[in-house]
Amino acid sequence: MEFGPHLMLASLEGAVIASILVLTAMGLSIVFGVMRVVNVAHGEFFMLGAVLAWYVSTALGGHPAIGFAVALIVAPLAVGLVAAVSDQLILKRINYDPDRTIVGTIGMLFIIQQTTLMTFGPEARPVEAPFNQRLALPWFEFSEGGLQMIWPWGLSITSYKLFVIFAALTVLVALWLFLTRTKIGLIMRATQQDSETAKAFGVPVGTVYSCVFGLGAALAALGAVLVVPIQQAHYLMGADPLLMAFTVVIIGGLGSLPGTVIAAFLIGMSDGIISVFFSPTLAQIIATFLVAMILVFRPQGLMGKAET
Amino acid sequence: MTVARKINALHFGILLFLLICFFTLPAYHVGALSRIMVLAIYAIGLNILFGYTGLLSLGHAMFFAAGMYGLGLSIKFLGVSVVLAFGIGILSAAVLSALVGLLALRTAGVSFMIVTLMFAQTVYLVVLYFGEFTRGDEGFVLQQAERMLAGFDVTTEAGRYFVAFGAFSICLIGFSALVQSSFGKRLVAIRENEERARMLGYDVWRYKLLAVIISGTVSGAAGALYALLFGYVGATFASVQYSILPLLWVLLGGAGTTIGPLIGVAFMFYLIDASSAYTSAYMLIAGLALVVLTMFAPRGIAGILRTKVSPWLP
Amino acid sequence: MTIKTSNHAVSRRKALLGLGAGASALATTGLMPGTMGFAQAQSSSPIKIGFQKHATGIGAAYGRWYDATTTAAVQRINDSGGINGRPVEIVTEDDGTDPSRGAEALEKFEKQHSCDVAFGTLFSHVVIGSAPRAAELKLPYFVVSEGHHVASGMLNRYTLQPGITDVKSQVVSMAPFIAGNLGKKVTMIFPDFAFGHDHRDFFTQAIEAQGGEVVAKIAIPPTETSFTRYFPSIPRETEVIYHVMVGPAVLTFVKEMGEFFGPSRPEIFGFIDSLEAVGIDSPGLEFLEGTYFWEGMPRHVQGNQSDVEKTYRAAVGCDDRGASIDDPADVSTYAHMFGCWETLNVIKAGMEAADYQGPQDRTKLIEAVEAMTDMPESLDHPQGAKLFNGKTHQVFGQQFISKVVDGKLAVEHVTTIEEGLYEDEVDYTTQPF
Repeated sequence: MEFGPHLMLASLEGAVIASILVLTAMGLSIVFGVMRVVNVAHGEFFMLGAVLAWYVSTALGGHPAIGFAVALIVAPLAVGLVAAVSDQLILKRINYDPDRTIVGTIGMLFIIQQTTLMTFGPEARPVEAPFNQRLALPWFEFSEGGLQMIWPWGLSITSYKLFVIFAALTVLVALWLFLTRTKIGLIMRATQQDSETAKAFGVPVGTVYSCVFGLGAALAALGAVLVVPIQQAHYLMGADPLLMAFTVVIIGGLGSLPGTVIAAFLIGMSDGIISVFFSPTLAQIIATFLVAMILVFRPQGLMGKAET
Repeated sequence: MTVARKINALHFGILLFLLICFFTLPAYHVGALSRIMVLAIYAIGLNILFGYTGLLSLGHAMFFAAGMYGLGLSIKFLGVSVVLAFGIGILSAAVLSALVGLLALRTAGVSFMIVTLMFAQTVYLVVLYFGEFTRGDEGFVLQQAERMLAGFDVTTEAGRYFVAFGAFSICLIGFSALVQSSFGKRLVAIRENEERARMLGYDVWRYKLLAVIISGTVSGAAGALYALLFGYVGATFASVQYSILPLLWVLLGGAGTTIGPLIGVAFMFYLIDASSAYTSAYMLIAGLALVVLTMFAPRGIAGILRTKVSPWLP
Repeated sequence: MTIKTSNHAVSRRKALLGLGAGASALATTGLMPGTMGFAQAQSSSPIKIGFQKHATGIGAAYGRWYDATTTAAVQRINDSGGINGRPVEIVTEDDGTDPSRGAEALEKFEKQHSCDVAFGTLFSHVVIGSAPRAAELKLPYFVVSEGHHVASGMLNRYTLQPGITDVKSQVVSMAPFIAGNLGKKVTMIFPDFAFGHDHRDFFTQAIEAQGGEVVAKIAIPPTETSFTRYFPSIPRETEVIYHVMVGPAVLTFVKEMGEFFGPSRPEIFGFIDSLEAVGIDSPGLEFLEGTYFWEGMPRHVQGNQSDVEKTYRAAVGCDDRGASIDDPADVSTYAHMFGCWETLNVIKAGMEAADYQGPQDRTKLIEAVEAMTDMPESLDHPQGAKLFNGKTHQVFGQQFISKVVDGKLAVEHVTTIEEGLYEDEVDYTTQPF
């Protein structure tokens, strides 16, 4: 493929990766920002969302759009509930101590994975996309006859992938409105900025934490429902999103939601675009190393405030 | 008894116990203990940095792998003696940890976690990228004939056990001396309050760098030892999983204690070993055990001992 | 070591305790001098085969079907009188699809369960990580991994692969068909780790020998979950795509490849490894219609189905489409799992040839297997006739090339054993035990 169309294809793919990443990372960012704990089980909430999407769409049958639409609502709600309950049962009782939370959430990771393996099984299971047309894309080239439109071999995207990008943007806007325009959002942000003061003003911090933990997990599950028609549900699929989301949150700057969005976009896009120039594994080596170097030279993250 | 005497008696007792184990336990547990001791050295490596200096690394698998590949590749391609290869393995880990320390110590807290995680991921991918030499994920075998440590056969049960035991003894005693030294006390001071340590005139950055190097080198020694004793070198040991495991061991056993790493590794090993005899869902049991343990033993198993029995535990 | 012998004595006594032969019989045998009593007691005790299973981890889908096949094969052996008149018992340990856990499983087989032999598993890194322990424990280790690690000489005299053809042989035997029927300019897409590199190296040589060439080699990092951005590197002149991805992301891979090419695709040839345990009629795989696959054994029932294939298929509980009889959505790893069945039959044949009585006869067992050559097609070898090479510890068999026609894998071509042979790279029989 020519360089131009190749770059365009890679950018489109990068945008799809970034869209999924931004939802997963937003969930983690909210949890991390408000509760200051590393939730190692976050990737498992993502996996649960994908697995539930498979169950819902298989149980309903009929046109794939029906199952998908129902899964879009049911999976995040169910996963959010599971997370909120586990927060009440476990995290609350260990006072959100950073070290103990790591051990506790690793324990949760084991439990969720093994339970999924025993019920859902070890196979990768696909969920049919509600719609999935291949859209060939044009490219413009200057030649003797002026600007020409051509249809390069292989340059295409599917309607579903475009939908994923659009859906991620919609969710982001909705989340933004929720956090800035609603009372619950305000309480969450207040708790994030200073939980002690919030408590003094009568904010039920414990309940807020459970809601936040549930919301974070629900966002991860939502990302998973969106991704599962492209990838497949598999009981080990949570590891990669966890690491990526974790990285995005830190690169963005702890507690900065705009930073998370920018970082997700940057990492997703660079993942796509660097692959144009290097062989795949080398591209990943370079991308990973660059991410580390961003932090080395800007330890507080892109949008974080320098700690003094 | 003075505290120092008590500590020495405790460590000596543990080593004596391990020695007795060899002569009394069934063969299976002797083999298991060899593995546990090697992995406990790895956990000690992480504990120096995490438990005593307060720097949480999520990338220690890269040091383990550096030791492992340093030894494995130099035996396989350079044909050097095992002793020299062991030195090369430790040196590789030392150099890598110095480089990582120089870069990563510009950060702190969660950023330090991510930077170490990303560096480790880079190392993992580099191992795959040079598959021609490393055989990537599949890894390669060190043949029995290649595993003679200065004329001593480490492929027998006894040979393996005593090499693991010897190395573990050196590490435990060295580690105990380290944390009781003024150097170790300064590391703890940095962990507790970095600002204050700086005010007191310590070159905090230099201490942290030394801690990273010591920690990485000890982890690398464990990696080299693992390859030597078990005859296999593979990319699995450079993966994220092997960075999380030592953290889990240390937290379970008790971060910032000298005996915590050994307890954590042994506990985790036998938890999975025992539960897998009864059910295929042993991960479920292990998960539940972790949750329960973190709820009721906040500072790990050695932490309980420290609060309930012997507050002097180092 | 004196310690070691005493430990062995302990474990042997435990094995006797487990006989269920009754307390008084045990007392008698225990009192009887010499080896007579031991041999008698053991003649009715089961032969224990340790089975390393990918019960958790990335290989779990394979593990489940390897387990089902193993159970079926053992049941058949026991129904027909066991081995040397003794029943066979399978001792299963999870290897977590992890090399270090794999080695621990072997230790358990030897020291806790007193197994006679160990029998194994698919993923190469688990096999390679375990094999050194097998040699140290002097425990015969029969693997069903299709890796080239056995025949390459990397492992040892205690490790054998008598039930499934290795990847080098598979790949080499594919080249004539591809060059002759699909095209000579090949682009390879493979995972960037050892398994993929084996494909890359062996196929490149083999296709050049057929007058073809590999025009591009695209190595995908194993952690990858999306693939579209790699496809533009496929040169336009490509006549055939050769793909061999593994892991849960392969469906994405195939789907995105279809979306990339749209209506104008080159010929496509893949290894079914990509789609083991996945229905060929899964949503998103419509694009595979008309493409070709290597199969170790045809997943879908063919028109000329042999009687042994029919019996084998029923025994392992698979329907005409290679899915579980109980659940048509539960697709098996049909192209590989026959290896477990055949390996167990080789163990049986070897033990009978060596008049195997107990662990003291392990080396005799290995020598007996090394002496094997032709294995004719039979219910012991339902995949087809095989040729075993005792020097390299590797078996060679026919391979299948199937085309997807109306959502069904229809066999187009069967390679001969000879097409898959290559020069020996090792002679394990010269190594001491």
